[in-house]
Parts: sequence; C-alpha cells; structure tokens
Amino acid sequence: MPLEIMIKIQIDGKEYEVEPKKNLLETCLALGFDIPHFCFHAALGSVGACRLCAVKKFRNAEDTKGKIVMSCMEPVVEGLIISTDDEETKQFRAAVIEGLMTNHPHDCPICDEGGECHLQDMTVMTGHNYRRFDFKKRTFQNQNIGPFIHHEMNRCIECYRCVRFYRDYAGGKDLNVFASRNNVYFGRLEDGTLENEFSGNLVEVCPTGVFTDKTLKNHYTRKWDLSNAPSVCTHCSLGCNIIASERYDSLRRIMSRYNGEVNGYFICDRGRFGYEFVNDEKRIRKAEIRSGKTEILTEVDDSTLFSTLKDTFTANKKVIGIGSPRASLEANYALSVLVGSYNFYHGISTKEQDITKTVLNFLQQSGIPTPSLKQIEKADAVLILGEDLVNTAPMMALAVREASRNKGKEMAEKLGIPAWNAHPVMQVAQDAKSPIFIATPFKDSLDEVAETTFRGNLSDIAGLGFAVASALSAEAPTFKLTDKDQQSLAEKIALKLKNANNPVIISGINCGDEQLIRAACNIATALYSAEKKGVLSMVLPESNSMGLAYLEGKSLDDAISLTEKEEIDTLIVLENDLYRRATSTSVEQLFDRCKQVIVLDQLTNKMTLKADIVVPAATFAEAEGTLVNNEGRAQRYYKTIVNKNQVKESWRWLAEMIRIKTDSPSVQWKKFDDITSALIASNAAFAALKNYFSDADFRMLNEKIPRQPLRYSGRTSMHANVAVTETGIQPDIDSPLAFTMEGSHANPPSSLVPFYWSPGWNSVQAVNKYLDEPNGRMKGGDAGIKLIISVENAKTTYFKANIQPVELTKGEFLIVPVYQIFGSDEMSSAASTLSQRIPEPFVYLNPKDAEALKLEADELIQLEIDNTILKIKIRTEASIGLGMAGLSVNLPEMPFVDLPGRGKIYNMKVES
Amino acid sequence: MERPLTQHIHSESSPLNLKEYQQVGGYAGVQKALKEMTPAEITNLVKTSNLLGRGGAGFPTGVKWSLVPMDKEEPKYLVCNADEMEPGTFKDRYLLEGNPHQLIAGMIIAAYAIQAQTAYIFLRWAYKKAEAELRKAIAEAYAAGLLGKNILGTGYNLEMNVHSSAGRYICGEETALLNSLEGKRAIPRTKPPFPAISGLFGKPTVVNNVETLCWISHIVENGADWFKGLSLTETGGTKVFGISGKVKKPGLWELPLGTTIREILEVHAGGMLEGYGFRGLLPGGASTDFLIEEHLDVKMDFSTVGAVGSRMGTGTMIILDDKTCPVAFLHNVEKFFALESCGFCTPCREGLPWVVKILEAIENGNGRMEHLDILKQQTKYMGPGNTFCAHAPGAAEPLQSGLNYFHDDFVSHINNKKCPWKS
Repeated sequence: MPLEIMIKIQIDGKEYEVEPKKNLLETCLALGFDIPHFCFHAALGSVGACRLCAVKKFRNAEDTKGKIVMSCMEPVVEGLIISTDDEETKQFRAAVIEGLMTNHPHDCPICDEGGECHLQDMTVMTGHNYRRFDFKKRTFQNQNIGPFIHHEMNRCIECYRCVRFYRDYAGGKDLNVFASRNNVYFGRLEDGTLENEFSGNLVEVCPTGVFTDKTLKNHYTRKWDLSNAPSVCTHCSLGCNIIASERYDSLRRIMSRYNGEVNGYFICDRGRFGYEFVNDEKRIRKAEIRSGKTEILTEVDDSTLFSTLKDTFTANKKVIGIGSPRASLEANYALSVLVGSYNFYHGISTKEQDITKTVLNFLQQSGIPTPSLKQIEKADAVLILGEDLVNTAPMMALAVREASRNKGKEMAEKLGIPAWNAHPVMQVAQDAKSPIFIATPFKDSLDEVAETTFRGNLSDIAGLGFAVASALSAEAPTFKLTDKDQQSLAEKIALKLKNANNPVIISGINCGDEQLIRAACNIATALYSAEKKGVLSMVLPESNSMGLAYLEGKSLDDAISLTEKEEIDTLIVLENDLYRRATSTSVEQLFDRCKQVIVLDQLTNKMTLKADIVVPAATFAEAEGTLVNNEGRAQRYYKTIVNKNQVKESWRWLAEMIRIKTDSPSVQWKKFDDITSALIASNAAFAALKNYFSDADFRMLNEKIPRQPLRYSGRTSMHANVAVTETGIQPDIDSPLAFTMEGSHANPPSSLVPFYWSPGWNSVQAVNKYLDEPNGRMKGGDAGIKLIISVENAKTTYFKANIQPVELTKGEFLIVPVYQIFGSDEMSSAASTLSQRIPEPFVYLNPKDAEALKLEADELIQLEIDNTILKIKIRTEASIGLGMAGLSVNLPEMPFVDLPGRGKIYNMKVES
Repeated sequence: MERPLTQHIHSESSPLNLKEYQQVGGYAGVQKALKEMTPAEITNLVKTSNLLGRGGAGFPTGVKWSLVPMDKEEPKYLVCNADEMEPGTFKDRYLLEGNPHQLIAGMIIAAYAIQAQTAYIFLRWAYKKAEAELRKAIAEAYAAGLLGKNILGTGYNLEMNVHSSAGRYICGEETALLNSLEGKRAIPRTKPPFPAISGLFGKPTVVNNVETLCWISHIVENGADWFKGLSLTETGGTKVFGISGKVKKPGLWELPLGTTIREILEVHAGGMLEGYGFRGLLPGGASTDFLIEEHLDVKMDFSTVGAVGSRMGTGTMIILDDKTCPVAFLHNVEKFFALESCGFCTPCREGLPWVVKILEAIENGNGRMEHLDILKQQTKYMGPGNTFCAHAPGAAEPLQSGLNYFHDDFVSHINNKKCPWKS
C-alpha cells in the first residue's frame, strides 16, 4: 500500500502531522488525547449516536467562536483547527453524561462492571458530578440471555455498540434494538441463549454493565482485585491473545488481549468461556502412584514420587515419550530431551502428522505467504476449501465476515465515503459483498456471506480445488470437472481470485483429507506464480499443532505399532488423552505392552485412570509456555496463578525427570529462560525466538511488571484468616512479571501486557493507550514472532491431483467429521458453563437418505464404522449430500473414530 | 390573484379524475417536459424559478436535483415526502385529497428530470382518504400511459408506488424516511452523503415535499418568470398557509409568499374568536419558534420569518390564545416530540423526556426556579449541530422562545405553586 501523505492539523493551538482519511476522534486518540466517547469503536467505526466526543472546530485562525462537532464524524483534512478543551464543548460533554445519567440506576456498588466501567470513567472525565434530575427513572425488565452473559438493561446508555457488534460485525441475528425514544431496548425478542459464537465480546464492547460475564459473576471478584497475566488461548490453532485473571488461586475470567495481527479486539466464546476447566474439581493437583498394576492410585508427596521415578528410570531401559499438540513447545521439547528424539512421538495419528507436515513444508518452501487474521480481514476475495471455520477456527470466520464487507467499503470510497463512516458504508453496500466462495460438505452460519457455496463430499471439494488451480495456470495439473456447472463455477472462482488485489485461500486439515489440502496448495501456487499475489491460510486442529510439527518425532500410530513388536519399559504421555486420538483397543494395547505408564496432565480422564504414575501438570494459567499458531506465529503465555500443591509446569516436571534419569548436571533447567535457551539452540527454526522475547531479567526502570493494578486491595485482608501480616510476595523467576501491584506501571512491551490501565481509563477502553492508533498495532509492534518466513524465488511445484471416484456399496455412507465450537475442543469442553452448550452427539443425514431408512429427526441409529459401533441420534440436514453422513466428533464421551471414512447406518427399529 | 395549486380543489366535491383534470389543462406540463425538454433543461428551469422546498426547510429544489449524478447508468429514485406529521400542519393533506393528479404530474416531470425509473409516495399512515384518491389516480395514469413503460411514446419508463407509513413523526425527516422505506429502523442517516448521492437502497435519490412537487408541472407550463411573479417577496410562488387555534375561521388559503401574518390572521382567518385574546403563534408547525404581537406585520417567507428568530416552516400556524396556559401548551408540544424521538442520539433521547417532566412539574405546581435554568440549558444542549438530526433542535424552538416570551407565566406557576389557568 502506498504511504499516505501526511497532513497538518492544529489541536489546542499545537500543530500535528497526521494521517489523512481518518476521523478526528481516532486521530486524537492515537495522539494520546483523552477524548471521551461511547459509541465509537475502532473495529466498528463511527455512527455519531452518543454525541460525547464533541470538540470545537474553527473555520480558520481568525474564527474565535467555532462550532461544536462530533470528532468521530469529522474527517481529518489539511488545515483543520480544533480545540478539545474549549469551555462550551466541555459543558456540552458533561451535559451528555448528565442526560445519560437521568435513567442510569447509579448501582455501581452492586454492578459487576464497577471499577472497570467506561461510563464511570467518562462521567469522571467530563466532570458531571451533581445530579439535577429529580424525577423517576425509567425501568426495564431484564432477560435471561443464556449461561454466558448477564443482562441488566436499566444500566443501558443506548450507545448502540452491542447491536452494531453483534449484528453488523459478527452477523448475529437474535439481538436487536427494539422500540424508540428513551424506551429503546437492547435484547432478544424473548428470553433465550444468545446464539452467536462471539457473544462474549458484548461484555467488552458494552461501555457499562448491561452485558457482563455471567461466568465471572458465579465467582465474582472486583476487577481491581484481579491478578492478571498476558496469555494465549489454547482452544484452537489461531492463538488469539487473552488476558487471564486470578483471585484466591482460581481463574476468574478471560478477556481478549489486543493483537493487531491476530485477534484484534475480540475473541470467540470458546476462548472466553472455556477457562473454567482450570478450576474444575477434576483437576489433578497431587501426584499419584499405583503400587502395582491391580492397585488403586494413591496420592504421594514429591520425595516418594521422585524416588519411585528414580527406581523406574533405573530399572527400565526403554523409555518412550508421547508429546501433544496442546502442550507448549517447551514441554514437548523437554520430553523429547528426556526420552531422546528417536523415542519421541507426536501423539497424533500418522495421517494428521503427514498432513500437518505437508502444510508446514509447503508454507516454509513454496514462497507463498500465510496471512494473519488481520490480513484475512483485508481480503477482497476468499475461497474456503473444506474447513468449517465457524467451528474449527471461529475468529477466522469473523475475519472472513469482515473481508466480505470490503466490497461495500470500496463502493463507498468511490462516492467519497470513508470506511470508518459505518452507516453510510452499509447504505451504499446494501447486500453487496466481496466475492467469497465456500466449498464444504454442509452448511454453516458463514454461508450467508458467500457469493456461492459448493456442497459435496471431500473428493468433490478437492476436485473443485484442482479445477480452480488448473483454470488459474496452465502449469498446474490439468483438471476439468465433468459436471458443466461445477466446471464453470471453478472457472468463475479462478477469475474472481485473479481479479482481486488481496485474494485469500483458506483450507485446513480438520477434514482429514490430504487431497483437499493439496488442491488448496495448488490453487495458491497457481495464483502466486501467475499473478504474484494470493496467500494461503491453513487451519490446524490444536493450539500447538504447528509447534509440534517443528519437533522431530514419530506418530502415535508408530508408537502403537512399535509395541506390537517389542515391549516398552516406560511410556511417558504428556498432556494427551490418547483415547481421543486412537481406538480404545489400540490405546489399551499400547498400555498393556508398557511396563510402566507415566501421565502428565491437568484433568482426570481415562488415561490418568489407567496410568501407573500421574503427575499434576499446570494449565496455561499456571505456566509459561510458547505456542505456534496456524500461521507459524510463536506466542508466549505467562502464568497468572501461583502453583500450589504439587502442580507444576510440565517442562519443570520433565526437567526433574531428566535430572533423576541421567543423574548428570548436563541439563540444568531451573527457570523458564533455561529451557527456552535450550530449545532455541536445539533447532535453527527457533533461532528467531532469541531476539524477540523478553527474558525474566527484563526490567522497566529496574522494576518488574506488576500483574495487579495499582488499585489492588486486600493484599493483607485476603489472608487475614491465617495472619494479619502480609504473607509476602510470591517470587517469579520465570518472567519479568511480578505477583504484586508494585512495579512499573508504564506500558510494558506488547507481549507482556497483563491488563490495560491508564490514568482516567479503568475499563478495557484503556487499550487505546497501548496502540499506535485505534485498530492499529500495539506500540512497539504486536506480540509474537513469525517462525515461517516465506522464501523468495521458490521453485514452483504442484501436487498431483489424485482423486479417486467414490463408489459406495449398498447401505454404505461416506462419513465426514462435524466439529462443534462448543464440544470438539478437549479442555474447554470440561468448563462447567460452556459444557451446557455442548450438543448431544449426532449424525447429519440428508432428509432423503433418512426417509429411505425410514428415520425421523432425533431418532437413534446404529452407525458402524471400522470396528466401532455407535448408537447415535440423527439430525436431518438438507445441505449434506446423498450418501454422506456427518458425524459429530471429539465431543465428550464420543469414542474415537477415524474420519473421513465409510460406515453403515442402520435403523434400529428395523434391526430390532 | 392566482391560486395555481388549489384552483381545481373544491372541498365539497371529490377531486378531478384524469379526464376532468386533462380537460382543465392538467398534464400539459408532462407532455411538454417529456416531449420537448431534456432532463437538464427541466432542472435548470426549476433552479431558475427559485422554487424553495415547501416541506419546511426551504432548500432550493433545482439545486437538490442538480446534485444527482447523471453520468452513470444506475437506478435512481424519486420519493415524495407525504408523511405530513408536523403538528398543526394539514396543507399536504389538502393537496393530496383535493387534486392527486397535480402531484402525479409533478412527480413524472421531477422523476424524468433526474432520470429516475421508480418513484415512491411515502404517505402518512392516517391519510386514508388521500391514499385511496392517490391509488385511484395512479391507476388512471397507468391506464392512460402516463405511468409505466414508454410514457407518451417517449421511451421513458416510470413506476410509481404508494407506501403508507407505519406512523412515526421522524419519518418526515427525509433520511429516516428512506430507512423506513427500506424496511429498516426509522432513524435518520448520517449526512453527508446526502440522498442525491446515496439515498434509497444506496442509490441517488431526490426526496421532495408534496407541495413542492405539485408546483413542477405549473412551472414547466408557465415558466420561471411567471412563478417568480406570484410572490410578494423575492422567493417565487404562492404558499398554502393555514391557521389553527381559537380564530373565527381556521383553515387553509393559497396566498402569495410574503403575505403578512396579520393579513392571514385577521383577514383570512377572520381574527380571534370573541372572548379570546392573541398571545402568540408558531408560524410553521410545532417545531418553530413563537412569534408574538410585535411580529404580526412580518411577511410570511423563509428569510423574513427567519430574520425575526423563527422559521416559516410549513407555513401553517398554531395560535396561542390568552385562555390557554402557555406552560401546558408547551408541555403538550414537548411531550409529542419526546414520544417521537427515534432514540438514536443522546441529547434528543434523554433531553426531551427531562424537559417534559419539568414542564409537567411546573404546570402541576411542583416547579422550582432552578427548573427554568435547566430548561434553558436543555434548549441549547439540544441545539443544531449538537444532535444527530433536526428533531430535537426543532423541539427546542418553541420552548426556547416560549421561555423568553412567557417567562412571567412560568414564574407565576412556580411562585404560586399552581397553574393560573386552572381554578
């Protein structure tokens, strides 16, 4: 993008050089001015509703009277002269707050938002402090809008942000504004759970306490009494940045942490509400040992554990380790050091490992860039091949929605309407959208932004992909579809991608079809070689799937087949429920062939119940760790909870085991920096990490970065039942953060921001103080470092198209996986509130197939796939093809099924 | 004296049908415009005539049309604003019920001038009779080839639709009207862009008032100079003026622009009813500032009424007599505006209900002197530029002038803790 020519404007008598095409409010906020505002949100643009951001505009240098204008609606133009502290304007802003307060209940002492409330901040900032309104206030009925969000409508100040986020931005349908005048009501038509996958952002978007986090309410603590840490979401492969907050050793809430390249201001509901597993009673907090195969697990102290481990490692020679795509790089690396890389297994199937490697190799060697979510938001054409983004990478679905609006912004720009002017852009756009093509086996809520959707089995979709690649470049393997309509769709997609400035190809490995991945790679290759544009984004299954792929190791299937040949002395499994990744028969066979099984994990599951030694592993909230997201961005999370009992970071446990096993001082990992140094030294691909992350010695003017805000209260009182003196501050040797309120309160580096606060700004709106400009980058650059750097002048290579025609025998169905935002991720499914949203296991079946089988919706069927027999409810789904079935996967209690696959479906009434 | 707009309206009989209207010269302007003039010539003619919008704002109609981009092949729309909901205003109703063909003729020419192929009449929900007459007249026009495809063999196509509003005052604001017409919440739109650039369904659109559009055919037939000559002031044309209140003959009269308020009140309306004294008037609907005795010789025109601190607005006056309490009067007016606020921007949504509560308290004898300061401050706070649209500034107009002209009445309510007009 060409650099904008800077323009000069005058604010409060001082001249500033600023970027053109912005609105005055965002410009002032970027410059650090405290302009009060409500309805403006940088991701949503300006609408001019609240009238709080008033400033005074002067016609020229001679004009002394000036005119009040709303800064959010004022384009920044050369020579603009404004005052932010003009007396009349200040009175007007105070009058706006006074007006809003006429109906606000002043219930701050019992309001969950209190202390972190934008309305409180704005009230103080504008100076309105005396109530002249001496009449009755308006009152509303609140609604029950589900388990995630609490609704308290009387506090509403009618900024319209909620509906603008929920409807206009996130595509939600079931929240709206009703009625008119001072009776406008923001809610649902009737009580009921908010349906949209991003509803939790209402908590942050709402400037007051109308929408608050109901899960926090369940174990409420004042916001200023939270101890916080910068963290990274572990519930999908996108690596959204989060702030994790603690009180009394329990994790109280998750908020989004701004990252201009990744998640921006928002996170999805899985990410926000999936945290409760950390506090769950199923947490393993003590080490347990089984004295014999038939004995029960009993809790042991460290010394017993260590001596048992010593015996184990002395007696047993062959030790293998199974890592995990949900464990940190450091934990996986520590395990591979413990067992040796030859004995290190990835803990995922051969198929998943192969496809992941195909993806990583392609991204590393093809020279084709892989985009951040921010870059996807800027796309003007998108092709989604096979991946159900809403359920496997929700925030990417949100980015695609934003991309769909670029067409409208472009149309508006031609009429001189800037992109931030939200309502006029929508008026001009009407239903126009950027060309987005979605080719998936069945519909989802993202379909509504698609220009064309394509439905078929995974081979059909891969075929469409190969045909698109072939239409894009003659060098790509020639591939034509026999179906005329399908071929012309492929050609149309190729043309739209070709004509776009920023085309994005999205696919992912969750469908489990390598041909489909290859087709997506070929499209990107064809587009890039022919047009020198286009980027490829690949969704992976888990938070560190990409990081794991960097480590040398074999697959889980390799471990299972290994044990068929030889007996293993000790098996160490790191944060991995293998029952979710292989059939119980295989897993149990693996266990049976191992003399000793050691499991490090956080929650009790089938694995830990079978293990001989169970080691309590810290969760993301109790550990430091590095995760590599789907675009190869390494990001670090920091602990917010001080480890109690025996809970310890997996890498620390493993370091201990290395010490015990080798009995040598060669590995001395005492603090987090020690293991990261070793990790960086172990693999050239990690070299980039060295220059980026602040180590634990990092100080800001000789001070650590406090996890707690200045207003943190009750440091003495919270332990008053034990002692009235201060208990002392827990040391933190692993990071530059401190478990205290003392330290440097200046803005830390972006990767180390534990919370947002700035004088006068106590709510999340303080985030603007940490950014170059609203919706821009974190000051000093966004957190995280890309490990994948696209090579220049890469050789163009294509995958061969190898599509086998699908032939089904009678009664046979093609089974594809169906993922659920709530349910398909292991750890978040254990969160008590989120688990209420998990559906019962189901099978999608075309209504015609259901009819042929004499089945009705919700009826139980018998599904036979491989050697697994499932009794499961059917859901009729018209978008899924004939002869296909979609099986909900990874839900709690669902056994492992290798998908895609073929299976038989029986009507149980007929069978019986 | 010429009465071009109302010459064929007879309140005792039903409106002229198409044939009858054509016999008295109706639709001659359409013939001339479509067959002899280019769109640009029509726009220029209307510009030259200085026809100012009769909906209340007085924006030059020709200028509005000329803002429509004519170089692109895209749908364009003409919308007639017939959502006449200004309290005290009933002039459009008279024109709609009395001579719907006059409006249709004007709309055909206006649509042709901006090359719109679709026109809507956005009609106040309560105007049932007008709706029936319009639908009948439009059907006649279609049948006669004056609407639809290839009008009068010229190749020009125009579809015309009547849309009955759901009944919100804010729909009279042209951009809220467009949102409503699109099926969206009736809240005003951000300006710019103006409807001429991005209007109905995001396409170039002209929104004109009924009375404005009724003029078009006459101007095309008789020329700009004729139109200019009709008024006593520099603004051209006549105006349908009206009076409601305690006068001898409340009603509507088509008179030259520039006729004095005194003439309208004393001659045409016959003066105040016996036993009632004049205290003041709202010159152009409820959202205009009060004028009082000393203003009776002001000429009714946009600029002349503006010069004495009010607006001519719709030109239909509401008279305040001496047997009506001005506080109760204002309470009634502000209650209307508070109820009709769309709720989008803060000063209007929160300010108006507060004003209403204060006026109610004062009227009921519960007022305090401090309330008068709040009322005064609220009128400034809701002033032009401070709000999203003109609704609250309009509502503030009668209040700010009322506080000024009837200050003693407010004070007496507060001091005596009761309304002097109530026994």
